[in-house]
Amino acid sequence: MSAFPMLSALTFLPLLGGLVVMGLPLSGGQLPRRVAFGFSAAALALTLLLWIGFDSGRGGFQFEESHTWIPGMAVNYHLGVDGLGLLMVLLAAVVTPMAILASGRIESPLYHGLMLWVQAGLFGTFTALNFFHWFLFWELSLVPAFFLIRLWGGPRRTEAATQFFVYTMAGSMALLLAFLGLFLAAHTFEFSKLAELGRRGELTSLLAARLGGRGLSGDHLGLLLFAGAFLGFAVKTPILPFHTWLPMTYAEAPAGTTMLLTGAMSKMGVYGLLRILAPIFPEQMQRLATPLLWLALATILCSAGAAFAQKDLKRILAYSSINHLGYCLLGIFAVANAGGISQAPGQERAAALSGACLQMFNHGITASLLFWFAGMLEERGAGCRGLDDFGGLRKVAPVLCGLMGIALFSSLGLPGLNGFVGEFLIFKGAFPLAPWAASGSVLGLLITAVFILTLLQRVFHGPLARQWSKLPDLTLRERFAVAPVIALIFVLGLFPQILLGPLGATVQQMVRSWSSG
Amino acid sequence: MLAWTIYVSFFGVVALMLAPRDNARAVRWVALASALAGLGIALASLVHLPNGPFEPLVKLPWIAALGSDYFLGADGISRVLALLTGVVAVAGVLFSWNIEHRVREFFAFYLALVGGVYGVFLSFDLLLLFVFYELAIIPKYFLIAIWGSTRKEYGAMKLALYSFLGSGMVLVGLIAAFVMSGEKTTNLFLLAQQPFPQSFQLWAFPLTFLGFAILAGLWPFHTWAPTGHVAAPTAASMLLAGVVMKLGAYGCLRVAMTLFPHGLDPWGFAVLGFGSWRDVFAVLAVIGIVYGASVALVQSDFKFVIGYSSVSHMGFVLTGLLTLQTTGLSGAVLQMFSHGVIAGLLFAVVGRMVYERTHTRDLAQLEGMGLGRAMPFAAVTFTVASVASMGLPGFSGFVAELQILLGAWQAFPALALAAGVGVVIGVAFILRALQKAFLGGGDAAGARGDFATGAGTMASISLPERLGSALLIGASLAVGLYPRCLLDPIVSALSTPLFHELLKGSVP
Repeated sequence: MSAFPMLSALTFLPLLGGLVVMGLPLSGGQLPRRVAFGFSAAALALTLLLWIGFDSGRGGFQFEESHTWIPGMAVNYHLGVDGLGLLMVLLAAVVTPMAILASGRIESPLYHGLMLWVQAGLFGTFTALNFFHWFLFWELSLVPAFFLIRLWGGPRRTEAATQFFVYTMAGSMALLLAFLGLFLAAHTFEFSKLAELGRRGELTSLLAARLGGRGLSGDHLGLLLFAGAFLGFAVKTPILPFHTWLPMTYAEAPAGTTMLLTGAMSKMGVYGLLRILAPIFPEQMQRLATPLLWLALATILCSAGAAFAQKDLKRILAYSSINHLGYCLLGIFAVANAGGISQAPGQERAAALSGACLQMFNHGITASLLFWFAGMLEERGAGCRGLDDFGGLRKVAPVLCGLMGIALFSSLGLPGLNGFVGEFLIFKGAFPLAPWAASGSVLGLLITAVFILTLLQRVFHGPLARQWSKLPDLTLRERFAVAPVIALIFVLGLFPQILLGPLGATVQQMVRSWSSG
Repeated sequence: MLAWTIYVSFFGVVALMLAPRDNARAVRWVALASALAGLGIALASLVHLPNGPFEPLVKLPWIAALGSDYFLGADGISRVLALLTGVVAVAGVLFSWNIEHRVREFFAFYLALVGGVYGVFLSFDLLLLFVFYELAIIPKYFLIAIWGSTRKEYGAMKLALYSFLGSGMVLVGLIAAFVMSGEKTTNLFLLAQQPFPQSFQLWAFPLTFLGFAILAGLWPFHTWAPTGHVAAPTAASMLLAGVVMKLGAYGCLRVAMTLFPHGLDPWGFAVLGFGSWRDVFAVLAVIGIVYGASVALVQSDFKFVIGYSSVSHMGFVLTGLLTLQTTGLSGAVLQMFSHGVIAGLLFAVVGRMVYERTHTRDLAQLEGMGLGRAMPFAAVTFTVASVASMGLPGFSGFVAELQILLGAWQAFPALALAAGVGVVIGVAFILRALQKAFLGGGDAAGARGDFATGAGTMASISLPERLGSALLIGASLAVGLYPRCLLDPIVSALSTPLFHELLKGSVP
């Protein structure tokens, strides 16, 4: 295709935009933010063009670009999107302008430039099809995120930023070592070729042939490499027990950064599981499906329980994020559990996987919105963001409470709102494929309902404290900013086909390819 | 043409000795001209003949009695390392623009050191290589002893003594090879073809390798490096850590491993789990990676952090060399280039930008100074250098470490894992140094906010410093994004007959 390189343009646009914004003068007031918003809006427009140009009937990758980069190591500059990639790119394109809008109090050009650079990292990660290329963006997106937290975060920002960075890097190193092993066996860094080897069950024999000796069989090697790669994704998603960095990081980061973190960066981990781990290691995933499902269950239940016990709004939302992504894990591991295609019909797998993808998107939007509202409360409440600090806000800020309530109910999974669809599909697929895990996870839904309703009750209802009697409601500007997202919550809840359309062919392909033999 | 890099440097020395003593401006410009000329020649050579085979440059009879010639040549590896020397030399001159004390002697010693280094990289006669190698030690001593800081006499003496010890060991190895070959020649190619008996190689190799490896900072013989580099003035640290340590690694590859490749073969028996010199040195190298990083993590002196980080990064080079495969070896040479540039950048920030303005290198003191706001350029430069040092993709270190880890995975997987741990510790220590020095460390209210909220309260970063930083950052970024520019020459060099015996048994 000699067409315009849309995906490269998409990735370099925020990169360039970041440079431009950082070069703006310090005393420019709201100018850096406006310019940054302009760039992110342009990226969104470009993404919508991609969406329109995407052919939902075809499986496989579209808008592909491939150039040789380092031939000696089979490294190529290789981009492309399928339904999943398109969905994630759209998510990153939607969440970033939201996050920039939410950062109204911060006028630093450096801040807004770094936000755009995070977006570039996201675009790069979600479109890369060669490991080297993908890893470059995966690692690079950490650096602007680190500085965003470190320079504009809360009182414990140093600890949070350092922990976030070092912990994620450790996971990434494990991932890198695993992929080096894969490269030595397969002599390729291309995800599609590695997936093909995994699907045909040849990976284990290749590992034995090329890396064998020293008493490690192909099987053991496969498990070792799987463990390394899994660790990298487990830290990023996060999966219990590798989640400990998240609550502090989300709580200490400035509101806009947390929106980016929860809205899009956290999805990098689940995306990695879907795009990379599951296709390349189907055998290992099936063998380890039971412990993996236990991990998913633990993630869902423990984080929900932890959220219930928190008193800080941001921490409640942070644990809730872990919980919602746990359902994606449930769906993915349930499909892995099912093993070969002949053993269980494709319909349930398709449901579970579609659900996982939708859940990523919907949660990204909803969670970003919730952190936006939490940020607004914090600003109005002069730094307070405890569960018990507020009360009866419904009386003074009905619009804020109403809209935040909608977002909260979506998070809860109320039918008609976007949060419901993903969860429904996941459970629809997971119940037949892994009944015990799915049943256990229902408890998670209940606990979630409890803490969300508690939040609603404590913050919005009840007696109004005197100090909040003058709390300003949403300004006109804020209402305009939030309105499109609220609309999206309703639209995607009532018409999920909008997203399921492009996903369809891709999910079918995933279902077919995730089986060993 | 490439041989002119040597001559240009020594002409510079002569020109400086003839220049008037008190005209500092003239002295600086002469030094810069000489360094730039060297860089230009090296760059042109690399661009002109990237994948060429070995290219003899000069071959004149020298000492007939020993069969020694004045034999200079270049293969891909020589060209890459000559480019490194050029880049760091120019940067060093730029960062020393403000020196006032005995300027003429300073740059004269500096250029002599640079000339000696070019000579080593281009020599293919062993005696000539050794002469250039030794020649480089004298300027090193004086640069540290006269213009240095912390414990300069001690640091200079320790560095010189360790260097002499190492080169003494190398000399014994070279003489042994000369005698054993029975031929009257010190030509590298001819001696490399000699089938030295295995029993001879088994002691000649470790002696020679260790002799060079001492200068490369192999653990536990590395102790001269942090002391010496901390004591040295900025430009000297840049050259020492950036280039001179690479002389050691280069010597390991070009001399020890080329002359005595079978010294690395298995002994046939095991001692404490080690079955060959390869095992021994590989383990020492990886210990160096982890040890260097761990010690850097607990230093209170900013410059010592960087000094120990050099030990850690050189551990990667040595690990790569010992994988005995094209991938690992090319990674090792690439890491030599990469670390040379990055170490130069790190020392430049610590020594020239920070120390000369704040007059302290104590991290605890720097923490309270709000340097992020006072020196935004330095803060950004150090951030970029930190990111490159961590081995983050996009910069030269990543590709180099990737290749070394690939080679290590095949050769000694357990050590590859340990090296991976070393990388993570590397992230931690450089992050700590960055946080303490520039980001105000703690969460004090005064330290909040972003970098550039106002003009620096200290002397602002001068133009030469900015140019030097741009040069070094540009080099690391260019190689990180387009590694082929250096990998192609290196790999083509590794496929020449000189490395045939060494790489014979490997899987590429």
